[in-house]
Amino acid sequence: MRCQICKKNEATIHLTEITEGMRTEMHLCENCAQEEGITAKGQIPINDLLSKLLATQPSDDEMGVAFESQTSCPHCGFTLAQFTKEAVLGCAYDYEIFEKPLLPLIEKAHNGRTVHCGKVPAKASKNTKKQTKLLNLRQKLAAAVKSENYELAARLRDEINQIG
Amino acid sequence: MKLTEISNNINEWFDGSGPLADIVISSRIRLARNLAGHKFLSRCSAAEQSVILKKLRDLLMSLDLGDKVFYLSVDKADVLNRNFLVERHLISRHHAFGKGPRGAVIAQRESFTAMINEEDHLRIQVLKAGCQLTQCAEQINRIDDMIEQRIEYAFSSRFGYLTACPTNLGTGIRVSVMLHLPALKITGQIEKFFNAARDMNLAVRGLFGEGTKAAGDFYQISNQATLGISEDQIVSQFEKNIIPEVVEYENAARSQLLSKEPEVLDDKISRAMALLRNAHLISSQEALFLLSHLRMGLNMHKHMGASTPAINSLCKLAGKSSDADKPYALSIGTINRLFMLTQPAHLQLNHGKVLDATGRDVLRARIIRSELNQDS
Repeated sequence: MRCQICKKNEATIHLTEITEGMRTEMHLCENCAQEEGITAKGQIPINDLLSKLLATQPSDDEMGVAFESQTSCPHCGFTLAQFTKEAVLGCAYDYEIFEKPLLPLIEKAHNGRTVHCGKVPAKASKNTKKQTKLLNLRQKLAAAVKSENYELAARLRDEINQIG
Repeated sequence: MKLTEISNNINEWFDGSGPLADIVISSRIRLARNLAGHKFLSRCSAAEQSVILKKLRDLLMSLDLGDKVFYLSVDKADVLNRNFLVERHLISRHHAFGKGPRGAVIAQRESFTAMINEEDHLRIQVLKAGCQLTQCAEQINRIDDMIEQRIEYAFSSRFGYLTACPTNLGTGIRVSVMLHLPALKITGQIEKFFNAARDMNLAVRGLFGEGTKAAGDFYQISNQATLGISEDQIVSQFEKNIIPEVVEYENAARSQLLSKEPEVLDDKISRAMALLRNAHLISSQEALFLLSHLRMGLNMHKHMGASTPAINSLCKLAGKSSDADKPYALSIGTINRLFMLTQPAHLQLNHGKVLDATGRDVLRARIIRSELNQDS
């Protein structure tokens, strides 16, 4: 089937809309669907995503922190304005200094999660290792309950109790 | 070591072996790490970048990685060598054509590479043939542990391993599998695969060629989220859910072609054979596209017992792999080899000089003709 708009490409997006009992169908190719605003591009360039997210940040007052886009990191001189251009941070401290404005972006990039629960360096403190392990186990527990694997869930709960 | 020592051969992860290798070409895991006490690269002076480079190079070269390793100064390498390393998936395009002092440590069998001063101070990767993500994960974790004993990585208990771009934060892990999905493409169902990948929050890229455009029906899928999920969970999602699902999709499309549209299947394979065996000028895109159909035909015969007129004549061309008298028998390994060796930088490096586009198309066609006409 050809696209209804350009009449050239194969229609790959088929839309059925029912408004007030009236049924309408649309058959479009991906390009025309994108132009009509029906679908989004498959891969959004990271810079676009970052600048859009930062542009929709709450204002400084709302956050209760005086964050000017020109606030710079005392360790590396990094500013948020640079981040929207380059999409990379300047040093490890930026994650602390710019935590608030960065958090929505981090959340968005990682399916709403903002706390690490993977590998911890052997040299890290015992407490860090323990906390990360607990987080990891709790996540596995939630997944086990969701998939109704109660045997695994019970084992994980015991393990959590033992550590905690 | 000279790159020409490896450029004539195929790397292990692309030799057609490994579990599910008819569809899953290879598995790759990459970790992004930064050194504590140094700024990220965009804020480092060239002098500081050189210090990081030396520190990491010396460390990596002294590790026992179970294979001979060599070091390559990427910023000093000529353009052809850089393109060669990108074609071989040993370094990224960003690393090849980036700025500042940077280098790569490469294991001779090419299953391990470290990029120093790419976007992060250190990116290490392990590549294996077929579906072997668990093995990749074990090996890269071991190497990461060895490095970590000798230096301190930038790490926070909240955000995990700290990376220059927040999209790699946490585990810093990128798990990728390279897939061959010709039947989904021919049957017009590749969009379904893209949509499914998008729903699972996976990134899809082409395996060969520049940017995200897929050539020759090869796709690479990788995780996007790296924070708040452990390395094991990501690997297990790939091995238990994602890969089996994609393999099932592609196999269903292959069965559908065979049972409902055998003429379409035979037309693709016969045309590919005819063109590849006779063409005198062939572009890299066209070669990938046509070789992809031969690869599918051979695999359908091997794994599904498919027997159509075109597949049978392809197999005749292929000979029997057990036939010791026919050393040139066409195998999946041979086809994979052609995929790799006919890439532009491979062609020129093996030829010993830079060629223009027409020169490359002539040479590419000659290599393919000679490989596919061994029986005549």
